[in-house]
Amino acid sequence: MPLRIHAFTMSDLASVSRAVDGAKPTRPVTFWSLATQRFLRHRLAVSGLLVMLVIAGIAAAAIWLAPHSPTAIDPVAFQAAPSATHPLGTDSVGRDVLSRLIFAARVSITVGVLAVAMYVVIGTAVGATAGYYGGKMDLVLSRIMDVMLSFPPLIIILFAVSVFGRPSIWNVILVLGLLGWPALARLVRGQFLALRDLEYVLAARANGSSDARIVLRHMLPNALAPVLVAATFGMANAILVEAALSFLGLGVQPPTPSWGNMLTDAQSLTVLERMPWLWVPPGFMILISVLSINFLGDGLRDALDPSLRL
Amino acid sequence: MVPIFLGITVLSYLILTLTPGDPVQMLISPGQSAEDVAIKRRAFGLDQPVYVRYVKWLGELARGNLGYSFSTGAPVTKRVGERIVPTLKLTGAALLLSYLIGIPVGVLAAAKRYSAIDYLATVLTFLGISLPTFFLGLVGIYIFALRLQWLPVSGTMTLGGDGGFLDGLHHLVLPASVLAVAGAGIITRYVRSSMLEVMGQDYVRTARAKGLAEVLVMRRHALRNALIPVITLAGLQIPALLAGAVITEQVFEWPGMGRLTIEAINQRDYPVLMGITIIAAVLVAIGNLLADMAYAVADPRIHYE
Repeated sequence: MPLRIHAFTMSDLASVSRAVDGAKPTRPVTFWSLATQRFLRHRLAVSGLLVMLVIAGIAAAAIWLAPHSPTAIDPVAFQAAPSATHPLGTDSVGRDVLSRLIFAARVSITVGVLAVAMYVVIGTAVGATAGYYGGKMDLVLSRIMDVMLSFPPLIIILFAVSVFGRPSIWNVILVLGLLGWPALARLVRGQFLALRDLEYVLAARANGSSDARIVLRHMLPNALAPVLVAATFGMANAILVEAALSFLGLGVQPPTPSWGNMLTDAQSLTVLERMPWLWVPPGFMILISVLSINFLGDGLRDALDPSLRL
Repeated sequence: MVPIFLGITVLSYLILTLTPGDPVQMLISPGQSAEDVAIKRRAFGLDQPVYVRYVKWLGELARGNLGYSFSTGAPVTKRVGERIVPTLKLTGAALLLSYLIGIPVGVLAAAKRYSAIDYLATVLTFLGISLPTFFLGLVGIYIFALRLQWLPVSGTMTLGGDGGFLDGLHHLVLPASVLAVAGAGIITRYVRSSMLEVMGQDYVRTARAKGLAEVLVMRRHALRNALIPVITLAGLQIPALLAGAVITEQVFEWPGMGRLTIEAINQRDYPVLMGITIIAAVLVAIGNLLADMAYAVADPRIHYE
């Protein structure tokens, strides 16, 4: 069995002794099995994960769950109140609100996953390069991160979205993915700077491993935990930003439904005052999904990095 | 700071050059000929290569000229300038409010760690950072302006009114509260963890050991030290506040920089957009500098070389 060495905290030691005292011979105690135990103790995080799984399930099964097509127009019902045919009423064009609500889950999840995946890859590559090589390379890359981080986030995103031509979901993903990486790169850089001079990295270098092998095989797995936490919070943020952009008319365009663009109509006071079915459900869905992911991120942070308390 | 500022201008310009739309097309009326378009292009200097335009523009910037608005022809400094004050009013009020909420709640949560109060504060904190600003704004308008009719729906003053201080305050309450919610959540979380850290220090144990009342230990020994890092947070909050202001101003028809941003996007008014981006980045830089300085004043242990 390979020898595994990790930094233990007191609560880990308690888990170890529990594992040792237990009647059955248990599986080897690893960093990830301890993290899983800690995560499962975080009730809000577990509920957050469950809610997100349900929303992802709804998004995947949207075709079967939605009572109508999200873009079909009911010619006899404009802004109709909830009824048997339209459980959440219809919007200003006569489309079924419930069906739109269900299909819009796809937009939020797609943006959250793809935009974050994109900047995690860029940020990890840039941060690892800066942290591993140091020196001039680090200096240049760090300055670029500083510059990008000194813009107020939404303003630079709005600027880029407006410049990138026709607003669409892909546009939003691209802008978030291309502008989101500096904070993550800074995090990875810090991790790599700390790892660079540890014994096992020096040992790998001494036995002649290539840079790529040292970075990918030895350092990256040990820098991954904080990246996972940051990516989770990043997903919540990406969903919020997509909703805000679509609300402003600069993101996903109707007739494609997004929780953000479903709220655009509520800027009219008549809709706001008399037709709550048009704007309360999408707003609520954004809140629920972002809240769940934030709880999930909090649980992951507690589980993966017990020394960090914020 | 200077290289970062240069970087800001380069990056803004780089994004700008990616633009596929032609602003001149927006300005001409359908009957105008290709020649008219060419004349307009030359008048705006759009016929020159990117780097020439950038250097020229940078030279003008150094003289305090941010260019001229494509849509009104007014200087950008003037168009943005008249929108700064309402935004500063809104963000300033929101910042103040978020501290007024965040500090007491954070201290209480830390003092009663793992109690029902702490748990409630945590849940509220997460609600605060998870609520989309525009949804919260709409809910606020629905409840306080439409149903209860306590507060106005939008704007900075009553139409035709004298725009007195109380009237202004009356209009400010709802947008500032909406904008303050996310910041209050973050500050609560931060104060709580800062307090917990300080409460584990030796001097707090000493204060308790010598028999000081818990209230005094908290107020005199723990709180004072716990608040020092919270000062820096004010600087870090500025980017988020400016971003939040874009949405809040849109929802409440507040005539600030955020609303101007949306107007400029819809009119493809790039000089104005550019001006806003740069001024916002400068505000962020100034905020960080002030926070650093306040930090040094508040904590004599810190010295800047």
